[in-house]
Amino acid sequence: MSSETQKILTTDGVPLEVSLKKAEKKNKIKAFLLVCPLLFFIIITYIFPIGEMFSRSIDDRMITNMLPKTFKAMETWDGKELPPEEVFASFLEDYRALAEKKEHGKLGQRLNKEKNGFTTILKKLFRKMKKFEEGNAKEQIMAIHKRFRDVEYWQAIKRTAPPYTAAKYLKGMDMYFDEDGNITQVEEDRRIHRILWLRTLEVAFFVTLFCFLMGYPIAHLLATLPMKYSNLLMICVLLPFWTSLLVRTASWMILLQQQGIVNDFFVWIGLVADDNRPEMMFNKTGTYVAMTQILLPFMVLPLYSVMKTISPSLMRAGKSLGGTPFIAFWKIYFPLTIPGIGAGCLLVFILAIGYYITPALVGGASGTLISNQIAYHMKATLDWSFASAMGLMLLTGVLVVYWIYNKLVGIDNIKLG
Amino acid sequence: MAKNNEFVKFDKVDKSYDGKVLVVKDLNLDIAEGEFITMLGPSGSGKTTCLMMLAGFETPTNGEIYLDGNPISNIPPHKRGIGMVFQNYALFPHMTVYENLAFPLKVRKFSKDDTDKKVEKALSMVSLSGFGSRMPGQLSGGQQQRVAVARALVFDPAVVLMDEPLGALDKNLRESMQYEIKHIHESIGVTVVYVTHDQSEALTMSNRIAVFNDGKVQQLSSPDKLYEEPVNSFVAEFIGENNTFQGEVSDISNEKCKIKLETGDEILANPIRVKSKGEKSIVSLRPERAIINPDEKMDNKFNGKIEEVIYHGDHTRVRLNLLDNKEFILKVPNSSARMDIKLGNDIKVGWNSFDARALDPK
Repeated sequence: MSSETQKILTTDGVPLEVSLKKAEKKNKIKAFLLVCPLLFFIIITYIFPIGEMFSRSIDDRMITNMLPKTFKAMETWDGKELPPEEVFASFLEDYRALAEKKEHGKLGQRLNKEKNGFTTILKKLFRKMKKFEEGNAKEQIMAIHKRFRDVEYWQAIKRTAPPYTAAKYLKGMDMYFDEDGNITQVEEDRRIHRILWLRTLEVAFFVTLFCFLMGYPIAHLLATLPMKYSNLLMICVLLPFWTSLLVRTASWMILLQQQGIVNDFFVWIGLVADDNRPEMMFNKTGTYVAMTQILLPFMVLPLYSVMKTISPSLMRAGKSLGGTPFIAFWKIYFPLTIPGIGAGCLLVFILAIGYYITPALVGGASGTLISNQIAYHMKATLDWSFASAMGLMLLTGVLVVYWIYNKLVGIDNIKLG
Repeated sequence: MAKNNEFVKFDKVDKSYDGKVLVVKDLNLDIAEGEFITMLGPSGSGKTTCLMMLAGFETPTNGEIYLDGNPISNIPPHKRGIGMVFQNYALFPHMTVYENLAFPLKVRKFSKDDTDKKVEKALSMVSLSGFGSRMPGQLSGGQQQRVAVARALVFDPAVVLMDEPLGALDKNLRESMQYEIKHIHESIGVTVVYVTHDQSEALTMSNRIAVFNDGKVQQLSSPDKLYEEPVNSFVAEFIGENNTFQGEVSDISNEKCKIKLETGDEILANPIRVKSKGEKSIVSLRPERAIINPDEKMDNKFNGKIEEVIYHGDHTRVRLNLLDNKEFILKVPNSSARMDIKLGNDIKVGWNSFDARALDPK
């Protein structure tokens, strides 16, 4: 027998394989064209912004572009003692060019972030340099202010030379590059970001847990009740879903405030004294309560769709075979709902980790999350590169959760419907 | 050991789901130990409800069910020790075949060795040895069915309930599974309560059949008696094929009665459910009991016109217009002598009055 398989030809003599590929090519092109709009949409609205965010977060070209000659001159400077005349001359030249474009103020602001005191001395330089004589820049500049005679300030300028920096990421973890370029932690009482990261994880974890504990029985009820009642219950679950997020959060504020309905009720049933009403808002309690309620449908819906597919005869079989109701639930029903639990928990956790409006409104100082900090830097300090860096750190965190989930449960085990 | 004839006993059981309609009415049923009993009936006749009450998933509204002399209404399903095979098999999809079979043994705290032995024995009983590590999803419908049977039997229950277990299988597989379940029943002697709406399944498998309709047992008897001697028109119509005539009793003596049809013709019949003149009645006659060209001894002889001839291989079905009944069916064995069976021909048909059972009107 020959080991070679004979080539099958179509009736017009073309090999079948070639003919098949040709026939399928058209379909493939059609399919691709159908996918195209979404592909472009994703590229434009998702991949491109994330790339942009990443480049912004590490971008440090502002000073590099402002002081091109200075940095060129600094290349030969070892950075241990005061730089040579050449550096001073290039710096003066660069600064004059900036002053003409009226961008010298920006340089002062930016360098001030690197080391305090730059704004003052640069303003002084701006006033005095008009009277500068030709040549001997080093002496004239050093005469303006003693800080120009301090090597640390020149080292600070040199540190900004590389066009890319990880400084924003370090700042997001309460660390920075010190004068020698080593990674150092900020003082203990200023480590706010780490607290926020931990709090975000904690809130996301507990909100997921609460959603699971409350959503599981509801989803089970939804899946097992007769249609008439389950539809009504489904509407109850979804009704908040159809209401604006802002309205829902605001209504929680009405409920939870110290003179609010919940507190009134507690006083009325004698649970708390009237003059000792607990604070349930503008702290973590408020964030937990409101976020759990808002994210509950995201837990219930995947659970429900998975439970709907589990035949009630499985539980009956478990019981008829001798399992107590608990064993039948734990060994049969529960393992079958794991795909739904996985989908629900992942969904809620990922949404919770980046939640913004609710913690901003009801969180107060102790209930705000990292997303609020990101928004603060986007809107108030305008430090977009820092906001981008923290956004990317959040994204990395989500991907890590996703990866862990994949390792533990398997991502193909997720079922949304 | 004396056989217990009341191993399972339904005693005046009523069941209602909504408090308005009784789906099971005054059910009295004794099932002997080791018996294969089938509950047969159209959907909605209450047979599955009876099974669910026996399994413990429904409670009787009234009355009591006894298992081996003990009332079981207050015993939860998992303590009844009754095996059950479900319509859709209800195999646990996340467990292997072995784990499925080991489940009832594990909850009963059998040792690992005993479990292994019992599972192996149950699997070989349904000729699936070596399939233990498969997942249910990797098995064919017939194999899943066998696993379900093995699982219901693996913990040696006294009673096994089967709720239309062969409903999802194709015809050939269904037939071979019928024999297989019957053989398993014969070899281990377990009491089986089987629910189906397929009469041929019921006839081939059971010791006794309880025909359900409208929440009541219409007839409880062996398959042959059920087919040959239906006690009412529902059973006669539900089991097997049936030719019927509606009419009124015009004369009645000990063994025979005369039924006057609407056409004015009179036929002789066997009075089963009629007692006096003037009663309305439905006369039921099995197609194979009527023959063409009857001999002189037969006391019913009529002429009919052939309306349709359907070839069935081993026999031919002939539809006649006889005494104004256009649905009169004859089964004629195929032989070369039957050349006169042609569409439109008039033929002579006869039957014994003993086979024509005068039953209750509907």
